[in-house]
Amino acid sequence: MEKKIDFDLIERRAAARKRAFRAVDYFFLTLWALIVLFPFYWMLLSSVKTYSAYNSEYIPRFITLAPTLENYREAFTAVSLGRYFLNTIIFTVITTALMMVVIIPAAFAFARLEFAGRQIAFTLFLSLMMIPSELVVITNFVTITNLHLRNTFTGLILPSVTSVFYIYLLKENFEQIPDELYRAAKVDGTGDFKYLTRVMIPISKPTLVTIVILKVIECWNSYVWPRLITDDARYFLVSNGIQEIRENGFGRENIPAMMAAVVVVSAPLIALFLIFRNKVMAGVSRGGTKG
Amino acid sequence: MTGKKNNNLKGWLYLLPAILFLGCFLVYPLIDVLIYSVEEGYNSASQTYTGIGLYNYSYVLRDPYFLQAVKNTFLLVIITVPLSTGIALLISLGLNAIKPLRKLYQTIYFLPYVTNTLAVGLVFMILFKRTAYTDGLVNLMLRWFGAGPVDFIDGPYWAKMFVLCFYTIWVVMPFKVLILTSALASVNPEYYAAARMDSTRSFRVFYKITLPMISPMIFYLVITGFIGAFKAYSDAVALFGTDLNAAGMNTIVGYVYDMLYGSSGGYPSFASAAALILFAIVLTITVINLMISKRHVHY
Repeated sequence: MEKKIDFDLIERRAAARKRAFRAVDYFFLTLWALIVLFPFYWMLLSSVKTYSAYNSEYIPRFITLAPTLENYREAFTAVSLGRYFLNTIIFTVITTALMMVVIIPAAFAFARLEFAGRQIAFTLFLSLMMIPSELVVITNFVTITNLHLRNTFTGLILPSVTSVFYIYLLKENFEQIPDELYRAAKVDGTGDFKYLTRVMIPISKPTLVTIVILKVIECWNSYVWPRLITDDARYFLVSNGIQEIRENGFGRENIPAMMAAVVVVSAPLIALFLIFRNKVMAGVSRGGTKG
Repeated sequence: MTGKKNNNLKGWLYLLPAILFLGCFLVYPLIDVLIYSVEEGYNSASQTYTGIGLYNYSYVLRDPYFLQAVKNTFLLVIITVPLSTGIALLISLGLNAIKPLRKLYQTIYFLPYVTNTLAVGLVFMILFKRTAYTDGLVNLMLRWFGAGPVDFIDGPYWAKMFVLCFYTIWVVMPFKVLILTSALASVNPEYYAAARMDSTRSFRVFYKITLPMISPMIFYLVITGFIGAFKAYSDAVALFGTDLNAAGMNTIVGYVYDMLYGSSGGYPSFASAAALILFAIVLTITVINLMISKRHVHY
């Protein structure tokens, strides 16, 4: 007698296995999400606990029933958090703007203009991408010191202005704009510069926005160069400010105020990310380096 | 003829700002750092040196602080690169298998990328630190499992290394998950359809289809991961403060900066030698990685 195959049972088993797999999958994904989110939750939570409540909790509590904004006031008054903030904004805006002024013409020249030595120049530019910043920081530090530009915005900004990688990224984008447009503009008597500003820049806006966002993230989080080049707290950026707060500010134990400062420093970039989520993620997957 | 010449001039004119900046802050420093590294007894106040030679290298290679930094950096690299790549692969596979909530998870996983390393490092420090007032949250959790309190910030070496690795992985994960999820999403679905036809077991599908298809991206992540981890610095500062030598948790990059600046600074020659040693290590590892990937990666 032939053994009967219970297709129904096999199918039910397969479905159950699939459901079990799903559950395990979601469990681990949620676990990692919690690990990622927890520090953010903890900084928010600690920043609204009162100083005395925080220090009296030998066993930290996961919620607080008496939230306060006092720590935020403290963060802005006891240390110059407002100034660090302003410095970082000035630094970020000027660096990013200058960088665009430098890289757009360079990318345009590589993508569109024909001139002797273009290929060689481009190859040399590409080879510069391999130079790690740790190697050049030493001389730059000495140069800026000798020019008496320590503790100035000029000294902070100058070495961060160019990026070969962004020139490359933009050049690739410019090259996708059809040649016909360029020739048509030439026939109409449009100059190269006008063509760049009136046609190429508007068409490449998405890439330009991506580059701006990546540069803003980089500027906002930069720590090493500002630390080397500033020791006067009036020129600190937020990263240095945080480090300063950690080592000297608030008296060492006022952790709620520290956490308030951390929240204030973290919030702008998180907001930027949530607004431009797709742009940021697409940009990082094309040109991200942190990792 | 003049038109052509004009064009040449114009092209270089458009490049001029970039060339000026790169020349001053990238090319010149690169040459200069090589010169610094062989100038013996360099005095940064008078800008004089006593001779040319390899003394700076031999000094750095014998400096216990440098050797400690090398040990820390290598441990960090060996632990975090495979772990973070592996976990990122698992997470990406998990993400790829679900539909609802996928976007939400992706957004959450990406958050560490846009946070200030120093700022969030402070939160990690507080979570792991023991003070007079509290054992800290992590120790509270350890107690649930009956494990004794450990000071992860000022305590034993393994505990400090654990926190550093944990934080590093937390920081580098977004980039890896992002790259791997997009790699997984771009695998041609026809391959999976064919495998279903043949009712291939799912592990075999993974091993024979998914892994080869995304192997270029995995190797890309391994290579960038090695390079990134060898340059670790800010994460350590965020957790242990600026005096990393005292904490015994310095990294090679940290050693370079300490030689340059701060209470232990003023020695650009030693800093240059250390930076060039680091560069040589990174270059060697990258070349080895590329050679291995040539043999194993399917393009």
